[in-house]
Amino acid sequence: MSEETPDAVEERGPLKVAGAVPHIVADDNTDDLKIQLGEFEGPLDLLLHLIRQEHVSIYDIPVARITDEYLRYLRVMQEMDIAVAGDFLVMAATLIELKTKMLLPRDPTAPPEEEDDPRTELVNQLLEYQKYKAAAQMLWSRATVEQAVFKRAEIETDKNNPEVAVGLFDLLKVFQDILARHKEEKLLEIEREEISMAEMLERLRNMVMSSGELNLRVFFERAGSRRELVLAFLSVLELVRTTEVKLFQRETFGDIIARTA
Amino acid sequence: MASNEETVNHEPPDEAALNEEASRELSAMLAEAEQTSGATEEDADDDTPLSAPQSVAERAAVIEALIYVSDEPLSVKAIADVLKEDKQVIVEAVAALAQEFNARNGGLQLRELAGGWQFATRPEYHEHVRAFLKTRPSAKLTIASLETLAVIAYRQPVTVPEILEIRGVQSPSAIKTLLDKKLIVAKGRKETVGRPMMYGTSKEFLLQFGLKDLSELPSVEDFHDLSGGL
Repeated sequence: MSEETPDAVEERGPLKVAGAVPHIVADDNTDDLKIQLGEFEGPLDLLLHLIRQEHVSIYDIPVARITDEYLRYLRVMQEMDIAVAGDFLVMAATLIELKTKMLLPRDPTAPPEEEDDPRTELVNQLLEYQKYKAAAQMLWSRATVEQAVFKRAEIETDKNNPEVAVGLFDLLKVFQDILARHKEEKLLEIEREEISMAEMLERLRNMVMSSGELNLRVFFERAGSRRELVLAFLSVLELVRTTEVKLFQRETFGDIIARTA
Repeated sequence: MASNEETVNHEPPDEAALNEEASRELSAMLAEAEQTSGATEEDADDDTPLSAPQSVAERAAVIEALIYVSDEPLSVKAIADVLKEDKQVIVEAVAALAQEFNARNGGLQLRELAGGWQFATRPEYHEHVRAFLKTRPSAKLTIASLETLAVIAYRQPVTVPEILEIRGVQSPSAIKTLLDKKLIVAKGRKETVGRPMMYGTSKEFLLQFGLKDLSELPSVEDFHDLSGGL
């Protein structure tokens, strides 16, 4: 955590943010990158953290203190230019309202049983959320174990391959027919003359040497096949590397000429 | 750059001779096949009754073989159908088989999963198995998705506003992710204002989280943090 407002640091020491540094995460389904400050999944998560941090009981929340901490946190987020989700702001408003309710004097004439603790609703919501937060953790653990368990690969059955319900008998028959046909055909074999890399290099050297200069386009056009073209290109690179030739252009975007170095 | 390419010289193998030989062999094979087999494909579906297992041990063995061969967790009902036996008999037989098999403490376990039985490796050996299969652990769900999934699992069928109320935060992408991964399914609409869609978990959920059924989920009350934030 780098930036903290000077007053905040002096008043209460560095702001403790769960999970330390803010980090950038990719959103599940969109291409957005979100900045996640700490590890809070929402206002309830943040509140639970603050309650723990302040070492107070969830059944007797000091609303004023917790509200102040909560608002301080939101302020830090805003100072970092992080857009605060609407739900966090709604909770901020709820907390402020709660704070004022707690400040109101109780009606002295009303019987004690009728007094509603204004915090009750929030406390119940926090307790409820806490249960599912723990349940989520349990699910994560289960999934982790399950990922370490493997079942065997699928067995191929006729069900999976309806087309391959052919017997060996049929297969042999087909093959026999093919062989018989094959016997009747006369094959003409043409042997291809393949030039080697060494030969291509020689050819290039000779061409450059004989006229002192060689237009590369002309050289490449001589290639009889794609393979020859590749070899030709590689030969040019090789001769440049060994500084046997130099490449230049007479004009911008003009033909590339190879010259003895 | 070393030039190591030589001009290749092809020596044409005596193909004609090879062809001749192959042809002769084939004819011989075919002739033999025609003689010995009276069977054609039609016989595959004949209805000769399966011989019933003669003993407890044999029954256990047959069940073991069936579970092994099944691509999906095999239900007791399916086994009972094949063996044409009483479901309760099978239930006991499988339980006994599982106990005996798992007592081996070997690399495999026989377990109940998603309403059926399945052989699988024990998690302790995942490193070696992974190395062999050359797989890596797949991406995990985000906390938001997991929390949403937890709410749905325990409160199904449940609507999105109800989920929002519990979690305190919106997460539309979580629902979408869970639907995409087929972990949750729509389970009809709630008959209240707006008729919102309700969601519940799927069989895939049971499979991916290693559950035999929803009752195997620990009670949500167990997660009540009694320390109360202290």
